[in-house]
Amino acid sequence: MSSTFETVAGIISETCDIPREKITPASHAIDDLGIDSLAFLDIAFAVDKAFGIKLPLEQWTQEVNEGKAPAEQYFVLENLCARIDGLVAAKSA
Amino acid sequence: MRLEYFEMIDKVMLFDADGKRLVAAARVPRNSPVFEGHFPGHPLVPGVLLTETMAQASGYLILGLNGLTQMPFLMTVDKARFRTFVEPDADLVIEATISIVGSGYVATKAKISIEGKPICDAELRFRLMPFPADLAVLMRARTAAIGLEPEAVS
Repeated sequence: MSSTFETVAGIISETCDIPREKITPASHAIDDLGIDSLAFLDIAFAVDKAFGIKLPLEQWTQEVNEGKAPAEQYFVLENLCARIDGLVAAKSA
Repeated sequence: MRLEYFEMIDKVMLFDADGKRLVAAARVPRNSPVFEGHFPGHPLVPGVLLTETMAQASGYLILGLNGLTQMPFLMTVDKARFRTFVEPDADLVIEATISIVGSGYVATKAKISIEGKPICDAELRFRLMPFPADLAVLMRARTAAIGLEPEAVS
């Protein structure tokens, strides 16, 4: 998870011009870092390329919008990184 | 092309769904209000309209592949290169290919050539969104007008 977080934090910092030191595993991408949906698509693109996966962003957004899942489940960075690790593991399984 | 109406693509020459590739043709008009300003006495197609042309070819490719289920809106333009000038009456060949299909976005590579000579190229990304009211009808009419037959999506 730690190396995944470092990669994701670097992507967020570069993509959204957010100082790296402000980004922690407990950061909420939307509430704490102020990342909007368009910027998050940029992040998803960079994450997809970096990890060779496809973040199911549309599904996550739909689940959050319909109240089926709390936003924290996907958009707090430690949770996001755990999901990225899961997708990477599923790809190589 | 009707530059002032942003109708940049005249005809789809090839739509290869398996290869995720589209080739289109467009003739630059002899006269356009655009040329009155860009530049007086020296008409050149602005780079921003060449970018729009590459974006539209990419957009039609995406629409062809998704069967007009979602509308692609231009989101980013990367690595744009404009290699030579484009003048009135030029016959453009525009090619777009899909590079990444993500969740909620699609990335393409696009280029324009004239008689095989590279004119410009760029990497583009599009956000996929539900069609705003009535736009699907208009886009379906436009795809038919340029000879694009979208994939049937079940």
